[in-house]
Amino acid sequence: MNIHEYQAKELFAKYNVPTLRGHIAFTAEEAVKAAQELGGSIWVVKAQIHAGGRGLGGGVKLARSTGEVREVAQQIIGMNLVTHQTGPEGKLVQKVYVEEGADIQKEYYLGILLDRAREMPIMMASTEGGMAIEDVAHNSPEKIIKVEIDPITGFQGFHGRKLAFGLGLPKEDVNTFVKFASALYNVYMDNDAEMIEINPLVKTGDGRFLALDAKMGFDNNALYRQEHVHEMRDLSEEEPTEVEAGKFDLSYIKLDGNVGCMVNGAGLAMGTMDTINYEGGKPANFLDVGGSANATTVAKGFEIILKDPNVKAIFVNIFGGIVRCDRVANGIIEATKLTNVNVPVIVRLDGTNAIEAAEILRNAGIKNIIAATDLADGAKKAVAAAKGE
Amino acid sequence: MSILVNKDTKVIVQGFTGKEGSFHAEQCLAYGTKIMGGVTPGKGGQEHLGLPVFNTVRDAVLATGATVSMIFVPPAFVSDAVMEAADAGITMAVIITEGAPVKDMMYAKAYATKKDMMTIGPNCPGIITADECKIGIMPGFIFKKGNIGLISKSGTLTYESANQVVKEGFGITTAVGIGGDPIIGLSYKQLLPMFEADPETKAIVMIGEIGGDLEIQAAAYIKEHITKPVVAFIAGQTAPEGKRMGHAGAIISGGAGTAAEKMAALTAAGVTVVVSPADIGKAVAQVMKNL
Ligand SMILES: Nc1ncnc2c1ncn2[C@@H]1O[C@H](COP(=O)(O)OP(=O)(O)O)[C@@H](O)[C@H]1O
Ligand SMILES: [Mg+2]
Repeated sequence: MNIHEYQAKELFAKYNVPTLRGHIAFTAEEAVKAAQELGGSIWVVKAQIHAGGRGLGGGVKLARSTGEVREVAQQIIGMNLVTHQTGPEGKLVQKVYVEEGADIQKEYYLGILLDRAREMPIMMASTEGGMAIEDVAHNSPEKIIKVEIDPITGFQGFHGRKLAFGLGLPKEDVNTFVKFASALYNVYMDNDAEMIEINPLVKTGDGRFLALDAKMGFDNNALYRQEHVHEMRDLSEEEPTEVEAGKFDLSYIKLDGNVGCMVNGAGLAMGTMDTINYEGGKPANFLDVGGSANATTVAKGFEIILKDPNVKAIFVNIFGGIVRCDRVANGIIEATKLTNVNVPVIVRLDGTNAIEAAEILRNAGIKNIIAATDLADGAKKAVAAAKGE
Repeated sequence: MSILVNKDTKVIVQGFTGKEGSFHAEQCLAYGTKIMGGVTPGKGGQEHLGLPVFNTVRDAVLATGATVSMIFVPPAFVSDAVMEAADAGITMAVIITEGAPVKDMMYAKAYATKKDMMTIGPNCPGIITADECKIGIMPGFIFKKGNIGLISKSGTLTYESANQVVKEGFGITTAVGIGGDPIIGLSYKQLLPMFEADPETKAIVMIGEIGGDLEIQAAAYIKEHITKPVVAFIAGQTAPEGKRMGHAGAIISGGAGTAAEKMAALTAAGVTVVVSPADIGKAVAQVMKNL
């Protein structure tokens, strides 16, 4: 789960990770009020969407008067913001964060994420603030300084010093930086974060270090114990069908092809997409119906897949282990009664009681159900059906 | 022969009396696994499935001599259960539970390693040595005995590949579902040498997926140390960047962890990489023919 910049900054503030003051605004009017309340003579109006690269896309603008605040807020709210992280379709901006303007002397990068190979968090810093860290890693990896933080020791002074000196900070700034980094580690661990990215972390003209941007993602498996994080979830930032599927414990991801897939198990679901691709088709989605695959879940699966108007055929690929194929077959038949399935459905059931299942499907005599013998056969038939063959 | 578990392996179940634990313990017993009993705090002294229930793992180990624990406790209690097993002298914990927080596993695995306890999973189907011992939730009948070792991040792809291998006239020595979480226990790199050393295993199938770099590490290891043929499939060639594909660990982030890079590394290491998972069985038949 991801949160907005303004929410991450609220969380930072609780841990004394320094940020600037700001307010959220849903209208240009509110943006002006926010600026007046903040005072000063320079503000930054920032689009709040779950994607980085907003500045380049025109979603972060400086304003030198409340009139300008109104003007840029009007431009940004309601705009379709396209950044390298939104994809070409962009994202609708519904709110802006109005923040005090910073007097930036130098921009840095600071981030924390789980290093899966080392099985512990690593903190990364770079002098190349404001640039996408993936690009820095690619073009000049020597400019990224990394420290691994063993959760047993937690964040120690040396971790911070290694980063600070590595960044070439003057010695009078080292302690300030170490404090900053240490506080950030606490944000990460206490909240079961998966990643934090501050890009840029800036040093201001008056010698302060500030998180000017803030991106955070969290471990979904830990949300049950992070209620305050869970409350920050913004469903409007997520694909509506994915949210709907989630309510029924179905794991669905929309893709841009036309062969719908319904599969049990995440690995086989990905493998099914890959097989469709291999056979010359394009998968319309990832869908893991989980272990049960009964009439209700299958019916819901059909409904969700068919919300996508591109879908021309559905490939149901179930490897029955503990769940018996005859039950799944009955579930599929039942599901076609619960919901209107108007495209060819290619069904491959293998594993426990597969033969009985084939029999059940044949006897049901539903004309848009096509039986397949194995994975390749099913994928081929689904691709052909989607092409109208 | 086989790796890690066989007909003599003594197993206890943590989360024994729960719905999942009961159901699968019964299936394992039916398969022939030496399930010795289980642990449910507060239910010590009772009997379940005709076997003793203990309050603590320590009690269970002392009374039964079990060395392996199969863990079914809910996600919030997984790390506690794993650490209890490690503290009690269990030598391998097979963690079936899906949904454990990453931070918890970080601590639990570090502690397990310190106590010399191996872990498999979490979020995995478990481990099975064909016809001898099933510790997990996989349908046992698919795994006909044979000469192929199997390592997989995915449950259903494990069944799919084992099924294909059997249809081609071969069978399985041991199949290990290593799990699809960001932090897992035994991985390719630790399991490959075990299969290399197992005289009965003639070839190895490894099923990977997008996210992380365990498959890349495996490729480097295979290049240096593995002489037996390896067939691999990497799931998620068509997965978009930045989306979590069902498994907590199956995500391409910042352009890293793609199927393409893993397939390239494995191919360069001399592994037979299939593009379609439907070709796993055929590829195994081919490498076996060339032996
Ligand atoms: N409060 C602020 N004061 C001055 N400049 C800012 C402020 N917030 C952002 N900026 C500038 O705008 C750029 C882009 O903003 P940022 O929050 O990093 O968004 P994104 O990474 O999505 O483009 C920053 O690199 C910084 O130069
Ligand atoms: Mg930024």
